[in-house]
Amino acid sequence: MIVQKVNVFIRIIEMTVGGVDMPELDSVMLSRLLTAMTLGFHIIFATLGVGVPLLISGAEWIGIRRKDEHYRLLARRWTRGFVVTVAVGVVTGTCIGLQLSLLWPSFMEVAGQVIGLPLFLETFAFFFEAIFLGIYLYTWDRFKNPYYHWLISVPVVIGSTASAFFISTVNAFMNAPTGFELKNGEIVDIQPLVAMFNPATPTKASHVISTAYMTAAFVLAAITAFLILRKGKSEYYKKALHFTMLTGFVFAIATAIIGDFSGKYLAEYQPEKLAAAEWHFETEKGADLIVGGVLNEDGEVEHELRIPNALSILAHADPNSEVIGLEEFPEDETAPLFIHYLFDVMVGIGMFLVFLSGLYLLFVKWRKGNPYWRPLLWTIVASGPLAILAIEAGWIFSEVGRQPWVLWHMMKTSEGATTSEHVGQMFILFAALYILLGTICTTVLLKMFRKNPAETEFEQMKKR
Amino acid sequence: MEIQLLGITVLWIFLYGYLIVASIDFGAGFFAYYGRITKKDHIINNIISRYLSPVWEVTNVFFVFFFVGLVGFFPSTAYYYGTALLVPGSIGLVLLAIRGSFYAFGNYGAKDSNLYMFLYGATGLLIPASLSTALTISEGGFMVEEGGTVVFLVKELFTSFYSWSVVFLAIVSVLYISSMFLTFYASKAKDLPALELLRKYALFWSPPTILASFLVFMSLKNHNPEHFQNMLDYSYLFMLSLFCFLTAVWLVYRKVRYGTAFLFVMLQFFFAFFGYGVSHLPYILYPYITLDTGFTNETMGIALVIAFIAGLFLLIPSLYLIMKMFLFDAKYVQGDRVK
Ligand code: HDD
Ligand code: HEM
Ligand code: HEM
Repeated sequence: MIVQKVNVFIRIIEMTVGGVDMPELDSVMLSRLLTAMTLGFHIIFATLGVGVPLLISGAEWIGIRRKDEHYRLLARRWTRGFVVTVAVGVVTGTCIGLQLSLLWPSFMEVAGQVIGLPLFLETFAFFFEAIFLGIYLYTWDRFKNPYYHWLISVPVVIGSTASAFFISTVNAFMNAPTGFELKNGEIVDIQPLVAMFNPATPTKASHVISTAYMTAAFVLAAITAFLILRKGKSEYYKKALHFTMLTGFVFAIATAIIGDFSGKYLAEYQPEKLAAAEWHFETEKGADLIVGGVLNEDGEVEHELRIPNALSILAHADPNSEVIGLEEFPEDETAPLFIHYLFDVMVGIGMFLVFLSGLYLLFVKWRKGNPYWRPLLWTIVASGPLAILAIEAGWIFSEVGRQPWVLWHMMKTSEGATTSEHVGQMFILFAALYILLGTICTTVLLKMFRKNPAETEFEQMKKR
Repeated sequence: MEIQLLGITVLWIFLYGYLIVASIDFGAGFFAYYGRITKKDHIINNIISRYLSPVWEVTNVFFVFFFVGLVGFFPSTAYYYGTALLVPGSIGLVLLAIRGSFYAFGNYGAKDSNLYMFLYGATGLLIPASLSTALTISEGGFMVEEGGTVVFLVKELFTSFYSWSVVFLAIVSVLYISSMFLTFYASKAKDLPALELLRKYALFWSPPTILASFLVFMSLKNHNPEHFQNMLDYSYLFMLSLFCFLTAVWLVYRKVRYGTAFLFVMLQFFFAFFGYGVSHLPYILYPYITLDTGFTNETMGIALVIAFIAGLFLLIPSLYLIMKMFLFDAKYVQGDRVK
């Protein structure tokens, strides 16, 4: 039994590694790795940067409306931590922004002509966010009417969400390039708005934004749950937990619904990506959804969990519909098959978070339930890191699933990369930078909250 | 005006904006560190942090705006600069990243760390030096296109007198602009000890600034005679710049009207920067990219300009608001309102 499990495990590792075909580390591969590393790091902070302002703004608003100092303190303390994560988001964002030109010069030269508009608009969104964040941070006690201060948080929420929207349209464009014609290698008939609102934009942008709100909620809930486990449940923490878990629940449901639409988008526009993610090899009606499993030497699926007809439902909302299989595509134009696990991780975590926040709310409503039951709290502690894991899995699935294309069916990744010989050294340089930033960011955050616990701050606030 | 020209003007204005706000920020970092090691930090660091804290992210966006806009309006710059500048660009980025994040870590988290202060101060001088290289390269002679790829001639860059004079100019201007601004800010805050010290810095850094400008002029004559000739056609702009410089320094020397003095500093750089820019045209990157060959298509150009104008309606009121709250609000500047 155990031996079998270990074998399955080894097989998964082999496939994951083998799935990439271990290409040599040329400048294309290194550019991909460096892009992936920068984005993988940036996305953690970017996601929090989009999501946390919404929770801060919400908490401050409730605090003012109910004249509840607990909520206002919550907004203040979250803001203080947020500033530190924003800083890392901003600098890593600057890195990825310039790296796109440094590592993918040919891609940017082509794509820039068609999709430059949302990239440009994104910087306006940043500008807007940055200005009002600066004001928000230093005007807590400046206005007589507290709603004025709250009002300043609104442009911060709008700005960060808008930046997520604009950047998602760029990524959507890479998946569904529209709004131009290629004639003899020349780009003609450019329509910037059509390129921006391409078929992938609705699902992509809404999924990115709703997962950001959801992830921020679970990360803050996780911190709160941890503090309750450590220090006991004060009124302040109870309110914080309730607020974050409720927000998390709402956006977890939204995420699952939008995720379902994303599947339908894929089935229609990028069927080979969906097929690779689902290990769906043959075109068939009433297709099953495969969860987990491994591929044996003959390329057959083993040890999987099959959900009858679920893939047809995901793809076309009809249990008997036909889903296109991988067999219909040339082999060198499909993605590595390990993305299947990434999809499973993402969806699995999504379902789990819906369930977890639902259970918490049930325990709150149901008179006999105890929402502060320790195992439940520990699971909430895990939910924050899990949500971030789902974000990473989702992006890698989406990006690797697009391979070998950088612009789907237009430009191969290998054609877009730099020809410089120094990408390897730069990879090491940036790896060192991210390790440094990650470590110091964590220590600073821990120190900040340890030195100034909520309890003492609340006492000080009441005295004022 | 042609759309290309409009595009480059927009970008140049933003680069000018970045030059001013970033110089204040970079120089302030250096002065803060210098204050620390000479034990004068209690005098000036309050002034510095009161101004910088709310605006550092805005400063960064100016930069992002410029390079995203450049690639938007002139996509082929991505190809040339991107291929050639991977290494210097990456080093500049790492410095910028360290600076920005350590500012936030130091200011909001672990106060009073000498290491953070050092990094913040040192990067304040290194970054302008490395960013100014992009302008140096635009003069041509430091990259060649061969065999379908672009090669960056590092050795030429490091042995060129022109390139070093630009680096020198970048560093001293940062210190000059910054100390001029902080002098004004200190006078507004009615913080006399800080004012006295910062005024000294400002006067100290003015002669090197003008010296460096002359050096750049003279060395450009050798490096790119064509550009130098063009500059002579616009010599009135440079005379205006000199006049503004003299006025600014004179005002500070006489200890009057520090606000007006800083306005003249801004004008000084405005005239010099636009004189440099307009004489650089039609080349963006000599001799590979010109306004016409490098420009994105007409449709995208128009879309970007419309986006830009619409964006300004959002930005100008917001920028006005933040300046009103932190620059022109006497109570905030004097520290009666902190936090
Ligand atoms: C907390 C994170 C998270 C969670 C719980 C989910 N997703 Fe997701 N998903 C993302 C985070 C994410 C993402 C990081 O935001 C991606 C990567 C690229 C993108 O556009 O969004 C993504 C992409 C993505 C795609 C690919 C779209 C494309 O490549 O164009 C599909 C089909 C789904 N998701 C479907 C789902 C389903 C059915 C879920 C069920 C609950 C789900 N996701 C939960
Ligand atoms: C939204 C804008 C995004 C753009 C414009 C973008 C652009 C790119 C480009 C140009 C590449 C290299 C070519 C390729 O491999 O496809 C790439 C690869 C990659 N990106 Fe994205 N990306 C975006 C979002 C993200 C995010 C947020 C992540 C975060 C985890 C991510 C993860 C990756 C990974 C893991 C790879 C490597 C995949 C591989 O090459 O095997 N991407 N991306
Ligand atoms: C190729 C992909 C990306 C590029 C080129 C990029 C670029 C940037 C840049 C240049 C900044 C710094 C802006 C400043 O100076 O304020 C930044 C920060 C930010 N990015 Fe990204 N970004 C990418 C992916 C994403 C994604 C996928 C999201 C949203 C989910 C996102 C959301 C943000 C947010 C909200 C900030 C502001 C800082 C913060 O609040 O943490 N970015 N990004």
